[in-house]
Order: sequence, then C-alpha cells, then structure tokens
Amino acid sequence: MLQRSGNSGGFGNGFDWDELVQEDRVHRLIYADPDIFQRELTHIFGAVWVYLAHESQIPKENDFITGKLGLRPLIICRDGNGQIRALYNRCTHRGTTLCRWDKGNSKSFQCPYHGWSYLNNGRIRGVPWPDGYAMDFRDPKFNLAQVPRVESYRGFIFGTLNMEAPSLSDYLGPIKKPMDEWIDRNPGGKIIVCEANRLKFKGNWKLAYDNSADGYHVIYSHRSLIETEARFNDGEKGMSYYKNSPDKLEMYVAYTGNGHHYKDKRPNLEKRAGGLWAIESLHPGMEHFEEKLRARLGDKADAALDLAGSEPMNINVFPNLSLLGNHIQVIEPVAFDETNAVWYGTKIEDVDGTLGEDVVRDINSLRMRTQEGFPNLGEVDDITNFEQIQRGLACLEDEWIYMNRGMDMPERFRTDEEGVIYGPATDEVFMREYIKEWKRLMQAEPRLTVRREP
Amino acid sequence: MNSGNHDMNAPDTINHDPSRFSYYVTDAFYGELVEAYRDWQREDLIVADGATRDRFRMLLDREARLLDRFLYEEWLTLYVPEFAYWVPSTVEGGDPRSEIAVTFDDRRRTEDRIFRFRTGYAWSQAPPSRTVRLITNVEVFRTAVPTTMMVRSNFIINEFWDNETRMLTGWCGHRMMEKDGRWLIQCKQVNLIDCDQSLRNPSIVL
Repeated sequence: MLQRSGNSGGFGNGFDWDELVQEDRVHRLIYADPDIFQRELTHIFGAVWVYLAHESQIPKENDFITGKLGLRPLIICRDGNGQIRALYNRCTHRGTTLCRWDKGNSKSFQCPYHGWSYLNNGRIRGVPWPDGYAMDFRDPKFNLAQVPRVESYRGFIFGTLNMEAPSLSDYLGPIKKPMDEWIDRNPGGKIIVCEANRLKFKGNWKLAYDNSADGYHVIYSHRSLIETEARFNDGEKGMSYYKNSPDKLEMYVAYTGNGHHYKDKRPNLEKRAGGLWAIESLHPGMEHFEEKLRARLGDKADAALDLAGSEPMNINVFPNLSLLGNHIQVIEPVAFDETNAVWYGTKIEDVDGTLGEDVVRDINSLRMRTQEGFPNLGEVDDITNFEQIQRGLACLEDEWIYMNRGMDMPERFRTDEEGVIYGPATDEVFMREYIKEWKRLMQAEPRLTVRREP
Repeated sequence: MNSGNHDMNAPDTINHDPSRFSYYVTDAFYGELVEAYRDWQREDLIVADGATRDRFRMLLDREARLLDRFLYEEWLTLYVPEFAYWVPSTVEGGDPRSEIAVTFDDRRRTEDRIFRFRTGYAWSQAPPSRTVRLITNVEVFRTAVPTTMMVRSNFIINEFWDNETRMLTGWCGHRMMEKDGRWLIQCKQVNLIDCDQSLRNPSIVL
C-alpha cells in the first residue's frame, strides 16, 4: 500500500505521482487525501485557467458577484472603466472578507471590521484616522491583491495566477470549436445566466469531472430517469438512445488536450430543424407552448423550439466548467470530500428583434423547465453515486480505481491533425487522458503570483 | 396515481388530461401565479377567524402526514387537477418564466417524480428518506376572490437519509381554491431558507 514519505516543501510533495496515476488506473488517494487536495488548490486551481463567472452576471459597470478560485474568496467585478477584475475578497489590513453578498453594484468595498475601503479596481481609498499611521496608507502594498490574468472567451471569464500559463485561447485550444457551436446555436451567440440548480455532494470534485462525458454510466445511473421518460412512449425521448449498443451510434467522445474533452450526442439526432425538439422529454408547458409557437411561426417553429431543447453536448473545460444541455455547470471544490456542483441556467435574448419579445419569452418559459428536468430527476442519482464512491474509498486496502475501458483497443480511436482523440461514447479514454494532464500539473512547480494596482 | 378515473400509464385520448399532457402551464398561468405571490402577506388581508385557520391547518397537517407516509395518490387528491409545485431558487421567488427554480412542476412532472421513486432505480432515494414534518405558524390571507385564499405556514422537515438526520426548513405559501365546497391546493410554493445555496440531495417531495 502506498505511504506518504515526509512532507517537505509543500503539500503533497511526498507522493510518487507515477505510482498514483497509472495508464489504466488511479490510486484512491487522489480522491481521498487532504494533502493532495491542498496541492490541487495551487497546482490546478491557480496554475491553469479556471472558470470564474459569465459576463452576463456582471453586465453593467460596477456590477459584482462573489465567487471563488479554489478556496480563495473573490469579488469578480466590472470596474468603473468596464474592465473585468477578480479581486481577492480579503482586506489587506487584517484579512477579513470585504463583501459577503452574492451580487450587487458598488464602486467600492468597505471592510466591516475596521473600515478600510477600496475602489473596485482594487486601489485603497481610505482608512479611518490615517494620522495614526507613521507610513502612507496609499502604499500600493495596501491595494487589494487581484488575479493577475483575467480573460474572457466569448463571455466566459477565466483567471489564472500563473504568469507562465499560455494565453486563454491557446489553453482552450480545440475545445473552442464545440464551445463556439454551443454558444452560436443561441440567437446572436448570446446567453444570459438566470439563477441555478445548485447541488452539493460529499465527495471529491474530480468525481464530477470524471462523470460529465462518461457515456458508460448513463444507462444505469440514470435508469430511473430513462424509465420515467419512457412511461408514455416507446422510449424514444431524452437519453433513450443509450439503451441499445451506444458504442455503435454516431455519438462520440473527444479528448482535445489540456484536460478538456466533450461528448457529442448531436449526430444521433435527425439532421433537421426540430430534430432536437423531437427527442425532448416531457416538461411543464410543453404541449401548450409548442402549439402556440407553431401557430404563430409556421415552418419557423421547429428552429425556435430547438432553442428550448436541451443541447446534447457535454463540454468539459478543465478543471471546473461544463456546458451540459443549456446549463453552465461549475464545479466548486470545498474540501477533499465535499464539492458544490452549480448548474447555472441560461436564457436567450431577442438580440436582433427577429424573434420578438413574446416568442422569446415563450421559448425561455419552456427552456427553464427543460433545464430543471435533469438536475431534479437525473443528477441527484449521479451525486448519490459520487458520495458512495467516496464512501467506498474508505476501503484502505482496496486501492485502485479503473479507467481502462477501451484501452489497448486502437481500432476504437482515431486522432486528427490537431491531436484530438475520438472514441466511442462509453469509452474512458477522456478520463485516462485528462488524469495524465492532472498528473503533469501536480508534478510541476508553477509560480503563482497576485497583482496589485501600482 | 389517478387524477381522474384512469391509469396514468394507459394510453389516453383525453387530450388535456393534465396527468398526461401539459396544456395548462401557459403564459397566463405563470403570470397569475407571479401576481398572486407578489404581495399577499398583508396585515389587512389576514383572516382573523379560528375556524377558518383550523380548517386550513388540518389540511396542511394532513398533507404532511400523507407525504411522510409516501401516500402520494391520496396526497394528490388535495390538489386541483391543474396545479403547480414550486420551489424557487431565490428568496424573492422570482419569475419562473425567466429564472431557473429548484423545482417548478406541473401535475405530470409531479407524477414523473413519484413514478421515478417507484422504479426501484432512483438511487438518491434507495433506500428512501424517512421524514417527519412539523407545520406551524399557520396564517390565512384573503384575496380579491372569495374562493381563493393564501395560506402561509412555517415548516421543518426532519429527513433521515444515508445514516444521518438533517433539517430542511422554510415556509410555504399554499394558494387554495374552493371547488364544490372543498378547498384544494392550486399552487404550493416552498421557500427553503437556503434555496439559493447548494443543496445536498434535494430529491424528496417537500
């Protein structure tokens, strides 16, 4: 059994990473060890581009939300010049969090403890009774720490503490193509975040990242949902296409590098407007709104209804972002054995006036309900299974977790000129590949920095 | 589970049977609910009559008992055919047309939920939660329509699941309608005090 040998020079230094992560299996400790989790908070959540927020959550100047980079509390805001910043939500005086609200609009933040206040660009604005300080409180070292690199890709805001990381665009690489397709199916390529289905589970965050492109679990973990979806029909709705030889269908899983991957179920659909809506399972308001939209839009109704349908893609951007159906799922590590999985809903806008406000409202009325379906009737079963994995990992002597489905079967894969690996939908190739990247990152020695306004 | 006199799994030709088809969740239905839940807990609307309050308190107690005992068919007889079961994801309730809710179910999806429990494969409820619900602070508010009343109650659901007992708490707004001398639930809005936070295994009927 693997043992930790000493702990010099930071968390998790005593591990033999090649022993922990092998070609076909990983050790239980990568999910169950608190020191490995601590190391992930720097080597993963800090060293790579981490998803922070969507621009639609802070549309106006001085809007803010609070969030996290790993466990670091952040204020993610748009400052008075429109620049998006990720400020450490930590008073430079004594370390208190400055803002305890989820969202709002403010030009400045004042510490509730001793009253130091800061502009939303991170500059210190004032301290009570400054004549009691021998030095000038306007020294830049008292400006708020902030994430030194914050960039957006088409509305998705990412940040990293690693000045040597590649550009966000290069980091995303070929995963941008399915992201673009997911975004561009919405009018004007625009989506608005509109509240969330917020879940938590007592398990390691990677259990969620392992899951989202996993086509192997669907038919069993979601059996109750699939049976429910089929109770009025022959089983042609929702995820029913997994039932018969899913590896023989046109859907596939693709690993695109840097830990990113996606499962694309779109090839299973009829290639026509309305093909997505045709397999949508039953949701509140469905028959009424469909009839109403068909009466109003005629042959354009199918395309409109597809906007309410759940896009059959599972796009996973390492380490914490998944685009699933119409949801933006964010994986938030809380502890080595606790994770929040927040499924932000998205709605569409009538960007160029072609759809009309009331049609958009009807589409969104449907789209809210199609989104609520899976977290309510499907994801609850997955997160129960994640929790039960974490419990199973208490078996100290039974050390290994396998991810070898499809391994040593080269006929199942092809690799394109960009290095993207394609395999059948139930294959675990994406897990083997992303965990290799995880191992590389955990072995590296990234230099993390924060920035302060000069 | 019957809403009328037929099996919910049988092929059905009654086009608008709300167990089978969802025609009633319209823009007007949403609009009416949003309006009904906007500004109803007003002092001037309280029904200060013990008998009325008792009648609704008995109904809420009965609902709690039926849910604690998984008697879902009987539970659904407390509801009008075209109802909403609404668990907002914000403390203000929000507009379910443009905001994700924890849950916004019509009759069919409520019956989906119950069907799912009974498949034997609903891992989040295998084994099922045991619950004991406490309902208190019942207050009745009149509306502009004599056959519609709003009832506020506070609740604690003690839920035993996966070797631990937890407490789900908040308040409910039941929108009650009188039909043929019986008061039935037209909408149950469940306001968890932590509705905007991450919830562990939110899979029981609240």
